[in-house]
Amino acid sequence: MRFRATPRLSGKVLIVDMSGSLVLGEGSATLRAAVRKYLDEGHRRILLNLALVDHLDSSGIGELVSSYTAAKRAQGDLKLMKLSRAVDSALLITKLYTVFDIHTDEAAAVASFA
Amino acid sequence: MTPSPNGPSNNGTQRIDITLESLLDSVSLAEEMCTRIAGAAGFDDDDCFKIGMSVREGVINAYNYGSRKQREKKIFLSFELTQDKLIIYVRDQGTGFRLQDVPDPLADENLLKSSGRGIFLMRSFMDEFCVQPAEEGGAEIIMSKRLRNASRNSPPAA
Repeated sequence: MRFRATPRLSGKVLIVDMSGSLVLGEGSATLRAAVRKYLDEGHRRILLNLALVDHLDSSGIGELVSSYTAAKRAQGDLKLMKLSRAVDSALLITKLYTVFDIHTDEAAAVASFA
Repeated sequence: MTPSPNGPSNNGTQRIDITLESLLDSVSLAEEMCTRIAGAAGFDDDDCFKIGMSVREGVINAYNYGSRKQREKKIFLSFELTQDKLIIYVRDQGTGFRLQDVPDPLADENLLKSSGRGIFLMRSFMDEFCVQPAEEGGAEIIMSKRLRNASRNSPPAA
């Protein structure tokens, strides 16, 4: 399934609804370009909604990490919410649960940036 | 892609050999084929996902590091279904690598790296995993997954 990233604002938090396959190629490249664009536009509080991401490989995992470090370098923060089963198991076994701030509820995730 | 299916051998083992071009599309193609083969072999959905993902990572590894994305270099993918497991071979035409030289992606100093998790995922998802220098040159990944009901392919009792 083709990867999509659709941003929307909730207060000062930019929520990015993602869907499709976050894998080597178009998926990873799209996320990379999108996050760099949001940072260039001045957004510093980014929340990735992964509920509809149905596939994730090592390249996609790497792009999530890369997006996180890019946000941190820009003095911002990037958090994750609503992990699909595929994303959840990948982040669990790669120990990235210890890196990312992960939420199941959107309101709580938005509030956590304050 | 050049598939080369072989019928069952005397011991019931079935083998399929596929030659892939070093293209991005080959990654998803290999995963899709593998998931279908695993499903037909009797693996459940969870195992099919793990096997498919492992093949994806094996072909990504061959594409990125073996072929270095040069289309003319080939990736050789083989499936061998025995009575008790599915064995998968992924061979590239690169310079080869040693497993012990691959950094541990779970080490604190590597957690924030954007690459280096493919080998780890394959090792996690499969029952057996090794990398060896191929006779023809390059690296060959060999990995297998055991069938939970290993008797499914056993010959009927006399």
